[in-house]
Amino acid sequence: MTDATSVSQPRRLSNADQNWYRFTRNPTALIGAGIVILCILAAIFAPFITPYPEHVGAVVDFRSRHLPPSADYWFGTDNVGRDIFSRTIFGMRISLLLAVVVLGIAVPVGTILGLVAGYFGGWVDIIIMRITDIALAIPALVMALAVAAVLSPDLINAMLAIAGLWWTWHARLIYAITRQLRSQEFVEAAETLGAGKMHILFREILPNCVSALAVKTSLDCGFVIIVGASLSFLGLGIQPPTPDLGTMVASGSDFLPDYWWESVLPGCAILFVALGFILLGDGLRDLFDVEEIR
Amino acid sequence: MSGPMLRIENLTKTFPVRNAFGRISGEVTAVDNVSFSIEPGRVYGLAGESGSGKSTIARMIMGLTRPTAGNIYLDGLNITDAGSGRSRRGKVQMVFQNPGSSLNARRTIGQSISVPLDAHGHPRHDRARRIDELLEMVQLPAEFAERYPHELSGGQKQRVAIARALAMPPKLLVLDEPTSALDVSVQAKVIDLLVDLGRRLDLTFLFISHDLSLMRNFAQDVGVLYLGRIVEAGATADVFEKPSHDYTKLLLASVPVMSAEEEAMRPALPLVDGEVLTSDRLPVGSNTSFERLEQ
Repeated sequence: MTDATSVSQPRRLSNADQNWYRFTRNPTALIGAGIVILCILAAIFAPFITPYPEHVGAVVDFRSRHLPPSADYWFGTDNVGRDIFSRTIFGMRISLLLAVVVLGIAVPVGTILGLVAGYFGGWVDIIIMRITDIALAIPALVMALAVAAVLSPDLINAMLAIAGLWWTWHARLIYAITRQLRSQEFVEAAETLGAGKMHILFREILPNCVSALAVKTSLDCGFVIIVGASLSFLGLGIQPPTPDLGTMVASGSDFLPDYWWESVLPGCAILFVALGFILLGDGLRDLFDVEEIR
Repeated sequence: MSGPMLRIENLTKTFPVRNAFGRISGEVTAVDNVSFSIEPGRVYGLAGESGSGKSTIARMIMGLTRPTAGNIYLDGLNITDAGSGRSRRGKVQMVFQNPGSSLNARRTIGQSISVPLDAHGHPRHDRARRIDELLEMVQLPAEFAERYPHELSGGQKQRVAIARALAMPPKLLVLDEPTSALDVSVQAKVIDLLVDLGRRLDLTFLFISHDLSLMRNFAQDVGVLYLGRIVEAGATADVFEKPSHDYTKLLLASVPVMSAEEEAMRPALPLVDGEVLTSDRLPVGSNTSFERLEQ
């Protein structure tokens, strides 16, 4: 009845407004977003908010070594007298940088390969997805260990090793969605309207993958940070004196249990950052109502 | 202009049937040696129930499915193997059955309508004006260009789909059940709009539907499709008044009627002992159902 004529509706909320409203009523997403924003701000402004920014380097102050947490040293000090709180904040910087670089490579690569394999099918599909299957069979941590053993253990190699495998998860996710969307009428309609392959891949199919990608990427930030910290813990990631959460947990563990703060508090920082991203990802998943991812 | 706008010759499509191991164990003939042609400016109705092969014919005309055999000529040009999209040079467009799935939910109405404009190199600076013009043509307000499909009703979405199909004016518009997903009250309006646009833009229509009452009002010629074959064809008035094939009688008999007069016009039901056979119950490649109907 109200087919073409009814346009005078009350003020309507735009899509963005509706999503924002639902977001603000989703405690998981809010807590996650709060933690993530806090960590990002702390990482950006680390030199200004930390009490001892100079402790990031190879500073030695034996008079104040192994001090327990106090008003001066919130997280205590380590075996050469450096402030653990300052080093933890700078360590977050490295962790976030690792996540950004790894996912900055893995997400676009995986997305494009998944789109191409899912849409074109046939030999392209077989080649891309079998390579993906092979890469999926190798755990990222093992791959990073091998790369660190062959090349030298440093941040760049760790990033490349993790990114070199991480794209597979995104390729699989986008592949599955593309396969499902490929035969949908809106894709066929675009084909009959004369749209090119690029248009169909990036304008028709990709926008329908965005919510799944956002959820997956947010969850993955948490997991990449954990893998990166694991590498450093094993001594194959970031090398001292650059502060890294994993390295700090490893060096502090020599002094357990007496000087517990030296490994437990940086460990809690890893948990905190990773938890923030994973909560945010879970919250976004509820928000977008996408199917179970990981 | 001389010659038919669309000519279909002995068009056949068979689909392989695979067993549980993925091996081809047989085939199903969805479209069986179908021939018909549509003169410019006419509305040709292809009637048949689901499974009769009518959507497969539409998909072959659009190049979304490759025919097994036969030829399709569009405005004198053989397009049988041309593939979908640009190779048809915008001469034929299609309105899909369900506007809910034929419009991309993540793109605005304006973005959806601009797809054919961009694909055919319509000048960029003129795009917004052309979108407004197209929306006006299907009697929608210009501000709909900024909206997403979920904000529109089914009828409004189908109007958008029509506007999009007409953005680069085609000569032939294929309508695959364009109103079956819509509310009855909206159906007539969409049909009226199509009739009006057809007259203004000099369009030829292939109207595919199972709804014979709509077809009676809209189509000038009609072909009745049953299990992939055209069992009866001719001018709509002739076919509807004096159906010769029992299947056509059956279809007409199942149209709901509104009054006693219409009830009196309803033909007697030809089949008493059973239901209409559909292709999945039919032995592969057999003609038994026709023989049974013709007894």
